[in-house]
Amino acid sequence: MYAFSYHQPKTVRQAASLLAKNEDGKILAGGQTLLPTMKQRLAAPPALIDLGKVEGLSGIELKGRSLVIGATTKHVQVATSEIVKQAIPGLAEMAGMIGDPAVRNRGTIGGSVANNDPAADYPAACLALGATIITNTRKIPAEQFFTGLFETALEPGEVIVKISFPIVSKAAYAKFRNPASRYAMVGVFVAKRGSDIRVAVTGAGSNGVFRATALEEALKKRFSPKSLEGVSVSADGLNGDIHASPEYRAHLIGVMAKRAVTAAIGK
Amino acid sequence: MTTISMTVNGKAVTGNVEPRTLLVQFLRENLRLTGTHVGCDTSQCGACVVHVDGAAVKSCTMLAVSCDGSNVTTIEGLANGAELHPMQAAFREHHGLQCGFCTPGMIMSAVDMVNRLGPDLDEKTIREELEGNICRCTGYHNIVKAVEAGAQAMGATGQRVAAE
Ligand SMILES: Cc1cc2nc3c(=O)[nH]c(=O)nc-3n(C[C@H](O)[C@H](O)[C@H](O)COP(=O)(O)OP(=O)(O)OC[C@H]3O[C@@H](n4cnc5c(N)ncnc54)[C@H](O)[C@@H]3O)c2cc1C
Ligand code: FES
Ligand code: FES
Repeated sequence: MYAFSYHQPKTVRQAASLLAKNEDGKILAGGQTLLPTMKQRLAAPPALIDLGKVEGLSGIELKGRSLVIGATTKHVQVATSEIVKQAIPGLAEMAGMIGDPAVRNRGTIGGSVANNDPAADYPAACLALGATIITNTRKIPAEQFFTGLFETALEPGEVIVKISFPIVSKAAYAKFRNPASRYAMVGVFVAKRGSDIRVAVTGAGSNGVFRATALEEALKKRFSPKSLEGVSVSADGLNGDIHASPEYRAHLIGVMAKRAVTAAIGK
Repeated sequence: MTTISMTVNGKAVTGNVEPRTLLVQFLRENLRLTGTHVGCDTSQCGACVVHVDGAAVKSCTMLAVSCDGSNVTTIEGLANGAELHPMQAAFREHHGLQCGFCTPGMIMSAVDMVNRLGPDLDEKTIREELEGNICRCTGYHNIVKAVEAGAQAMGATGQRVAAE
């Protein structure tokens, strides 16, 4: 790892001004992505701004019909929170499927969303649940937030403060893990709020997380795994690598979507 | 260089580190606590697991400066003098190790597992929870048996991590 200067702000405002002052500086949250990347010298930020001591950035609360989760809330907190289990149980389960216990003890929701790894789990939950990413300067709907591979709508110097999830009637996540990395080879998050049905897919798209509209249309007729029988997903625009071909990933999307719908109905 | 202070295995320690010093380097190189191992250095293997403020973390994936003011427990902090911690005793009793390289991380993860989930752990839970700990020798069967027995023994003595 190359040397860098280290800053430990106490407030979001201080964090933002440190980011503005340190060109190419980066925020450090749980470090579960950033530190391995820096150790491999794939990133060499000259300054790190650690959010670990910023007050009020971590926490889970219900606000009206929304579940609001602070940016530095760890995966383990979301996975085990009674509030999340009551409000959107599928989200708690999803957080419990990330990596391994030690990674969940450090990794944060804000870091995962900001990183937008094409195989990460939270982007699928945000897109399917219609979340809003709240930063120090504005509110960004998930639809507009995830813009490509490791790309987001965040401007330089912008800090994610919290993420707001509207409470839905049914939601669940099904993940086919890459057995070595634990990341999603294909992960499908389904959510139903009234007649609004969304199916978001991670791990498969060559441009990152996306909505599977063909599956959404099929589920609008009836929210049942049966509705997905015979609906095929196109392999166009899907990833192919040593782990799985685009065709195999397309097939897995259908299988994971059925499992997610079955799980959502059971909740 | 920055001066940091923390409590390690119940003792107050201070040291001078660069911001890029990893927690595992601080433990091994500054404090000479070499029980915590570095297996992969890429956040995969779990040989470096220690407890920071009561939670298991990969010490190769955490900066020492971020732990300023924290309470850290390493494998050296588990035994009570010459008496092994019940989880350590269970690994010995059930042959939960061969070369022993992964063992410190396995044991720290196992103790964390009991602290979070209680002493009654079934095989499936143990295997899932050990997802972040890799062993190249044993084939895991005896590790799983050791964790199950160690968890029961911890429950029987009402013991959590000594230093926490
Ligand atoms: C072994 C292993 C297995 C894993 N498995 C999975 C998995 O199965 N699924 C999965 O989804 N993830 C997985 N991860 C990644 C993990 O979830 C990370 O915690 C997460 O991707 C990044 O969160 P972090 O808090 O660690 O962020 P960091 O690593 O600290 O930061 C990541 C990026 O986000 C930026 N950032 C962080 N917080 C903010 C903020 N509040 N505002 C703006 N920018 C910010 C940082 O500058 C950096 O660029 C795994 C990681 C490891 C090491
Ligand atoms: S050395 Fe830290 S996870 Fe392998
Ligand atoms: S005993 Fe050798 S790596 Fe586990």
